[in-house]
Amino acid sequence: MSNSTVLSPSLMVAPSAASIRRKPEPPTRPKGAAPWQDVLFERTTMAFALVVLCTLAGILAALAWASVPAFEKFGWSFFYTNVWNPVTMDFGALAPIYGTLVTSLIALAIGVPVSFGIALFLTEMCPVVLKRPLGTAVELLAAVPSIIYGMWGLFVFAPIFGDYVQPALTKVFGDLWILGPLFRGAPNGIGVLSAGVILSIMVIPFVASVMRDVFEVVPPVLKESAYGIGATTWEVVWNIVLPYTRVGVIGGIMLGLGRALGETMAVTFIIGNAYKISASLFEPGNSIASALANEFNEAADPVHRASLIALGLVLFLLTFVVLACSRMLLAQLAKGEGRKT
Amino acid sequence: MNFETVAARPVAAELHLPPVAPKMSIRNLDFFYGRFQGLKGINLDVAERRVTAFIGPSGCGKSTLLRTLNRMYSLYPGQRAVGEIMLDGENILAPGVDINMLRAKVGMVFQKPTPFPMSIYDNIAFGVGLYERMSPRQMDERVEWALTKAAMWNEAKDKLKQSGMALSGGQQQRLCIARAVAVKPEVLLLDEPTSALDPISTAKIEELITELKEDYTIAIVTHNMQQAARVSDFTGYMYLGELIEFGATDDLFLKPKRKETEDYITGRFG
Repeated sequence: MSNSTVLSPSLMVAPSAASIRRKPEPPTRPKGAAPWQDVLFERTTMAFALVVLCTLAGILAALAWASVPAFEKFGWSFFYTNVWNPVTMDFGALAPIYGTLVTSLIALAIGVPVSFGIALFLTEMCPVVLKRPLGTAVELLAAVPSIIYGMWGLFVFAPIFGDYVQPALTKVFGDLWILGPLFRGAPNGIGVLSAGVILSIMVIPFVASVMRDVFEVVPPVLKESAYGIGATTWEVVWNIVLPYTRVGVIGGIMLGLGRALGETMAVTFIIGNAYKISASLFEPGNSIASALANEFNEAADPVHRASLIALGLVLFLLTFVVLACSRMLLAQLAKGEGRKT
Repeated sequence: MNFETVAARPVAAELHLPPVAPKMSIRNLDFFYGRFQGLKGINLDVAERRVTAFIGPSGCGKSTLLRTLNRMYSLYPGQRAVGEIMLDGENILAPGVDINMLRAKVGMVFQKPTPFPMSIYDNIAFGVGLYERMSPRQMDERVEWALTKAAMWNEAKDKLKQSGMALSGGQQQRLCIARAVAVKPEVLLLDEPTSALDPISTAKIEELITELKEDYTIAIVTHNMQQAARVSDFTGYMYLGELIEFGATDDLFLKPKRKETEDYITGRFG
């Protein structure tokens, strides 16, 4: 008994001492990977990210600061007054806001279904030979400078639109109850509707190529399992592909909407630049971006200048609201799909 | 489902045909991926309300064979099948066949679980709604029936509104089987349905296959020879696009007629 109590500790110590001696050195840090590097890296990237935030805040603050004289003079009524008169120094943003929203809405109403069709055809039905040329053509459409769209719109598109399309629209929709007033009036080719149509052409390449890219990442086996229970191509795309890719699709639409809201040159050429709100889409109107581009040179008076900057602020807020709305829409859609936990 | 109306065909001994009415008969089937020939002269019958398994090393064409049975391949340009596949006396490879209708009759479950991006309930109701108009109450019943068939009802009944993507892998796969069963197909094609699952889920699905063959004709592709031996009534061994041997599962595993088959099932090859 006593023997074993003496022996056992020595037996236990002996191997452990040996193992300590044989234990390899703790790993030393390889050359050049000091811990401060990680910290530096983290700080640097964080600084880059913060620059974005600062720029955003800076622009917002500068716009708000510069537009103070306008708000001092007009107050809230600046947002809902339909008047723009540099002679009497009376400014209200309603007409440009209306023009911006309506042209963008028309652009999306035409552009999104067409883009969806393009993306659908390119990913699901297009013969392999056509896939590349068509896809490239759609992307090239995005490379056309907006001034070209403006000139083409004014010199080529507007006359044809006024001579043939607008009379036809009046004939078809002019007598309808709600839609009618929208499509009545002088078919002179330039106006809100024409601007919307040009914008839709400019928006299509963005929306279509984003949609195509997100449709392409849908796992083939997911589509196959929908085909496997007898779904048609349309049912597969509408019920499976679209819900699966909705974040990307809505992102693409927002990208297009962003372009439509802010587009300046093409719209200036063709919208007519008239500060008025008419029932008819054929009448000329104005958009915020187009108003800014047209008037900044002549805005000598501080109130006029401040009013223009305030318009810019409104455009900024408008895009912000649009983005926020898309976020909310996505959250709502996620709820409809069922809880994830 | 009118299984009874299918006329029994004369059995050809040289084709090792099973002594049951065939649901699908494959004759002289060749399959091409562009220039590459994926299947070479396949002849076999898929017996009605039995489980037919296809085994063989990777790339031997077993999945390709399965994909010809509901013409899944025709989604992809450049893939084509030549020959004859008769389903209830109608050649499904003939031009002018309603492919969507065919796929509703010949359902398919894939290797990876593929729940649709919608709730568990809608995952099942979606396929049913494509071909049948029914009241919400009938639909509820159908969903319950399908989930019960797939041994999922008890697990899923309290979370029908949840996303199908939130289930575990094994549950997702059973949901996919429920979805395939819900449209009441006549044939069920299972493409390695358990290869992504744990042993317990695998056991549940194998049990399920045995139950489902009461009502359905099942064709299964598997990498797992024990699985083929456990669940199937007939087994085909394929190699390099050819059907090397086809026969009753017990015969094929216990006394294979061909040397290649024996080498494969005894593990000397593959």
